[in-house]
Amino acid sequence: MKPVPNGLSGWGRFPRGESVVSTPADRAGVALTIGGAHHGAGLIARGLGRAYGDSAFVAGGMVLQTTRIDRFRGFDPQSGLLDVEAGVSFAEIIALFLPRGWFLPTTPGTKYVTVGGAIAADVHGKNHHRHGSIGMFVERIDVCVADGTVVSCSRGENSDLFHATLGGMGLTGMIMAACFRLVRVETSRVTVDYHRTADLEETLTVFESGDAGSEHSVAWIDCMASGRAMGRSVVMQGRNTPLGELSPEARRDPFGLPRKRVKSVPFTPPVGLLNSLSVRVFNEVFYAAHGNRRKVVDLDTFFYPLDSIRHWNRLYGPRGFIQYQAFFPRRTSLAGLRELLSTIVASGAASFLAVLKSCGPADDGILTFLEPGHTLALDIPYRQGVIEALCGRLDRILLEHGGRLYLAKDALTDGKTFRAMYPRIDEFLAVKRRYDPDGLFASSQSRRLGITPV
Amino acid sequence: MATASKRDSPRNVILVGATSGIARPLGRRLVARGWNLVVTGRDPARLAPLADDLRVRGNGTIATLVFDPSDAAAVAGLCGAAAALLGGPIDGVIVCHGTLPDESGAWLDVEQTRGAIDANFTSAAMVLAAAAQALENRPGAFLAAISSVAGDRGRQSNYAYGAAKAGLTAYLSGLRNRLHPRGVVVITVKPGIVRTPMTEGLAAARSPLAADADTVARDIERAILRRQAVLYTPWFWWPVMTVICAIPEAIFKRLKL
Repeated sequence: MKPVPNGLSGWGRFPRGESVVSTPADRAGVALTIGGAHHGAGLIARGLGRAYGDSAFVAGGMVLQTTRIDRFRGFDPQSGLLDVEAGVSFAEIIALFLPRGWFLPTTPGTKYVTVGGAIAADVHGKNHHRHGSIGMFVERIDVCVADGTVVSCSRGENSDLFHATLGGMGLTGMIMAACFRLVRVETSRVTVDYHRTADLEETLTVFESGDAGSEHSVAWIDCMASGRAMGRSVVMQGRNTPLGELSPEARRDPFGLPRKRVKSVPFTPPVGLLNSLSVRVFNEVFYAAHGNRRKVVDLDTFFYPLDSIRHWNRLYGPRGFIQYQAFFPRRTSLAGLRELLSTIVASGAASFLAVLKSCGPADDGILTFLEPGHTLALDIPYRQGVIEALCGRLDRILLEHGGRLYLAKDALTDGKTFRAMYPRIDEFLAVKRRYDPDGLFASSQSRRLGITPV
Repeated sequence: MATASKRDSPRNVILVGATSGIARPLGRRLVARGWNLVVTGRDPARLAPLADDLRVRGNGTIATLVFDPSDAAAVAGLCGAAAALLGGPIDGVIVCHGTLPDESGAWLDVEQTRGAIDANFTSAAMVLAAAAQALENRPGAFLAAISSVAGDRGRQSNYAYGAAKAGLTAYLSGLRNRLHPRGVVVITVKPGIVRTPMTEGLAAARSPLAADADTVARDIERAILRRQAVLYTPWFWWPVMTVICAIPEAIFKRLKL
């Protein structure tokens, strides 16, 4: 049977490339795919395809789809240590373990990510300011490296591979399984305090004063607001609701989640529906609707608001969009964010989803993204020529302020900029050469960024 | 909550060919109901991780049995061995093993033809024969086997596979007829194209008619609970196959199917 390449893209639907997709169901199948891969063509693992840009496919090469490597291997209810294969999704972990009183130690804004992808991108969530990214909770990673053997790595054993694989975007090998800790929760609810802020400075002040006492914290930021209102936000600070605070009625089913009708965008509209007009209207309504108050919401509503709309990425139309996620260290974040926001406002590029978050401790991944400071993520609809120029300007602002881009979102930056943002790349490459001497593992992104040869 | 309402009295079930693409999600669904499973397969290295997965997902008893359905002695002892592993009589047997021969290129030779029929019919019928004897005095018990829509009418693209599945469908029909008075239900499962490791890389697996293995598993679970005799899954294969079976042979023989 002749393999037929599939057209693939990230969640942003830009850029696109064709890769032959193989979906092995076990270790033997993975070794077979790796053994049969064309050296020089490139091979990269792919989970549920939620990375936005071109990190989970390799144009002209081969993709190892991990969704059938999806077995639970063990769980220790004493320590919360979960041992799972890479293709298990966060959604599945929640479905199985929330009713038993456990939740993910941290989670991105969608639960439709795999464990392998979460570790490769070292994902972070609304509790980063307190606990850091997922890497902080990972104890062991099993990686199928270029010679087809599975190498188990941790902070004590093959630690070079561990530190390179955590946040390594799948370039050290295919993550086969991992051990990480779940955390106890008493209920499936979050008690959220909403604060409406007038500008960027107030937003950062609310983070500063409230974050110490809040397990989770995030701000929706109005990227259309300019002038004095620039950076006005709705800050949401939450904590896991303890059982004692539930109403007697809710206490009977403390881990229940309301069954929501999942809406879907059934097809890609010929033009994007999220333009500066519709986004401006949405932002005005959202800002006006969220006054200062306290509310108890369920975990799905708090952590995964967009998961209730399947294929929401189609709303940006056939050309797709990019997500730009910037990090600024604490000492420069106010100035950096201000410059970044004013550049975006001036460009008129609509951003529907813009999220600002304060960040805590960095973990020990060589290419780790966050450390104490702030991160801003925003969507920009793709417009050829315009978006490249805008992102180039944003990249320069980032570099001037000692910031960097998140690789799981990046779709456009170049090798020189990447190197300046990630000065430890040579340390990473030294480990990669040890486990992948012929450079088998590569993605379209790693080639664009000069991490692997084109 | 969903998980709470799904529980019913635990049942002891044998899943034959448990590492197959459809059996995997089906096993997960059954352990989520709290059922006890004996999972069988030929390769112990593939069986162990499967059982570990089911143990994390459910709280029933999960036992593994290395079992070759073409070995007559092993087949005869299957239900006894499984009952001993679970410490109680068996309530249901689900036969999921099978292979899809590549009939797209050259003709299947004599040995390949025998292999296709043995793997998809002979061994399945042997297991059903043994299971029927073990369960005939257990009203409420069930037998299920995965046949195929390919067994409804032979087509040039997979008639050896189709013939074996046609045999299995006929066998199940007769067994149902025989066991009905004893209160034992026999379920014929007829999936269409399913995206599984068995169909990986086939053009058919990209067809819009191809279904996810979990969709098929969900339908099988429901058929077991409803004690349904014949299941087309997904449902649209029933009208599709009704039309295909109604085409006169004079026309059918000219079609490229």
